[in-house]
Amino acid sequence: MTMIFGVPVAVFMGQLLLGLINGAFYALLSLGLAVIFGLLKIVNFAHGAMYMLGAFTTLLGMQYLGVNYWAALLLTPLVVGLGGMLVERVLLRRIAHLDHLYGLLLTFGLALIFEGSLINFFGVSGARYPTPDALQGGYQLGFMFLPKYRAWVLLAAIIVCVFTWYMIERTRLGAYLRAGTENPALMQAFGVNVPLLVTLTYGFGVALAAFAGVLAAPLYPVSPTMGSNLLIVVFAVVVIGGMGSILGAILTGLGMGLIEGLTKVYYPEAANTVIFLVMILVLLLRPAGLFGKEA
Amino acid sequence: MTFIKKTLASSIAIAAAASMAATAQAEISDGEVRIGYLADMSGTYRDLAGPGGLEALQMAIEDFGGSVDGMPIEVFSADDRNSADVGANTVREWVDQRNVDLVAGMVASSVTIAVTKVLEENDGFGIVSGSAASSITNEHCTPNHIHWVYDTYPLANGTARAVVEQGGDSWFMLTADYAFGHALEADVTKVVEENGGEIVGGVRHPFPTDDFSSYILQAQGSGAKIIGLANAGADTVNAINTASQFGVVEAGQQLAGLLVFLNDVYAMGLDTTQGLLLTTGWYWNMDEQAREWAERYYERVGSMPTMVQAGIYSSTMHYLQAVEATGSDDTQTVREYMMKQPIHDFFARNGRVREDGRMVHDMYLARVKSPDQSTHEWDLYEILTSIPAEEAYRPLSESQCKLVQN
Repeated sequence: MTMIFGVPVAVFMGQLLLGLINGAFYALLSLGLAVIFGLLKIVNFAHGAMYMLGAFTTLLGMQYLGVNYWAALLLTPLVVGLGGMLVERVLLRRIAHLDHLYGLLLTFGLALIFEGSLINFFGVSGARYPTPDALQGGYQLGFMFLPKYRAWVLLAAIIVCVFTWYMIERTRLGAYLRAGTENPALMQAFGVNVPLLVTLTYGFGVALAAFAGVLAAPLYPVSPTMGSNLLIVVFAVVVIGGMGSILGAILTGLGMGLIEGLTKVYYPEAANTVIFLVMILVLLLRPAGLFGKEA
Repeated sequence: MTFIKKTLASSIAIAAAASMAATAQAEISDGEVRIGYLADMSGTYRDLAGPGGLEALQMAIEDFGGSVDGMPIEVFSADDRNSADVGANTVREWVDQRNVDLVAGMVASSVTIAVTKVLEENDGFGIVSGSAASSITNEHCTPNHIHWVYDTYPLANGTARAVVEQGGDSWFMLTADYAFGHALEADVTKVVEENGGEIVGGVRHPFPTDDFSSYILQAQGSGAKIIGLANAGADTVNAINTASQFGVVEAGQQLAGLLVFLNDVYAMGLDTTQGLLLTTGWYWNMDEQAREWAERYYERVGSMPTMVQAGIYSSTMHYLQAVEATGSDDTQTVREYMMKQPIHDFFARNGRVREDGRMVHDMYLARVKSPDQSTHEWDLYEILTSIPAEEAYRPLSESQCKLVQN
């Protein structure tokens, strides 16, 4: 059997693929964070909670309202995104003129409240969300058995990432957004409703997190703590990519998934820390992040 | 002269201190029995002990009558967040400043080992109900704690032996990378090898882990017949779910859950878990006595109790009886009394506390029912055999505990 550094090629290839799938989650979540930070300068610590709320909305929607997976894929980001807009309108807007730290504290507090209240009702064991019938089973790739659902997650995440990048970097709406955050007063003078743009952007960032939550529901037990476990890693990804860089968030997310996947083969004990090691290295060598612009 | 004065003064002081100690031994300090409940109240291990365990503790106090010899019982509780530092600091404060007489609960083994050290330094007393590491009453034993419900030795002895006997002789170990996982892995390896099996590989994964796909893939690549899960709580749940997504069982490999709690099986559902062999210290539906208590618990909490929650009730009751009988909350007085009294209640059969602090009692090998066999939502296990107390636990002749004369 051919080996790569003492690991059979089949296992190695399988790990790369799995790493890429996890990376797709990191990419989706860090993308939302990067959009919110890049355009609004809010360090959104509630992002993990929004992801968790996405998964919970999907689960409860199925249990109580009979909403199926495909409908949830559309409805959940909408519902949670609207909730996010409410948070922006009612809370975040009031502290927009203050230091970033206040936004961080506020969103962190919100995350604790969401998580704590759901723990109170549902516990932490988590509930299972069934894999949709069309995505049951898997493909025998020769080097591994790939569950259909994971292939779908990779595909869906990449489509959404590319769509978001295109919308912000290549369309007129995206140009308004970028200009609105660069110089809000001037944009308003041109007759653009900047506060509305800000609300919509926050809602969109949150909707991305909720979308990732829907994708995660059939993979992991839906539990109130699922977001906080992931949030710190995602923040590290954003820091490595460069705070606010859209393309950086997507590519770094996928890349970190791969690095983590390989660590799980060669030195599994370090799997939870390897991303932070990379982060330290990047901060030492390129403080603005791999894709960030030097200030 | 000064010399004589000083000597005189100090000898009086010493005598006074000694007589105070003597009176303290025969009395309940502060006129109150103070119990501190330490557990993971919000993380991975919340549902197996957590707030439900606190409720079980309260039930024991209420059933005991709420006071010992007219002296009230006060309960403190804290969330250790599975951190050894948080747990040790909390208990140091409890023992130092609040004169807590008993620390109950205790889940993550790493926290427990840190806490029992604090108890030993400060002459406190603890009853460990949630932790699994058998090292807690082996190399980490102290005269200041008792380990009540189960440990990794009977888990390995019960489940691993049964699996090897059924032909599962090559194992891949998936181990949580901390004290408990290491202890369980060591105990399982020993049992598997003694029974003619072989460990062909393994991974130590960080605690806690959400995504097990990579490890499951490695286990599939190993060609082992059995994938042994030396982890607990959400880690076990995630590993079993991932294995089911990757078609592990269909491809001919079997899972052996070495520490599976009732709430885990409930959360995963019988479709995913049916046929899983496991060892448990107690099951709510194992007989009339157990059922009766479990139903009372269910009324209050809304879910059936795990063995840990039942054990917290049982151990608290035994402790309070000891305090009442000896009229003292002094650690050694109470511990000695608890060691002398056999334990036979709804929880423990043929139970006794050994000198290393291990409460040995009958354990049970169980199999998770299939959805057709199950008659209602909590009808989850079928008890296959009981493992007698004296065979289930590590024999004292193999003990490395400093309290055991070998």
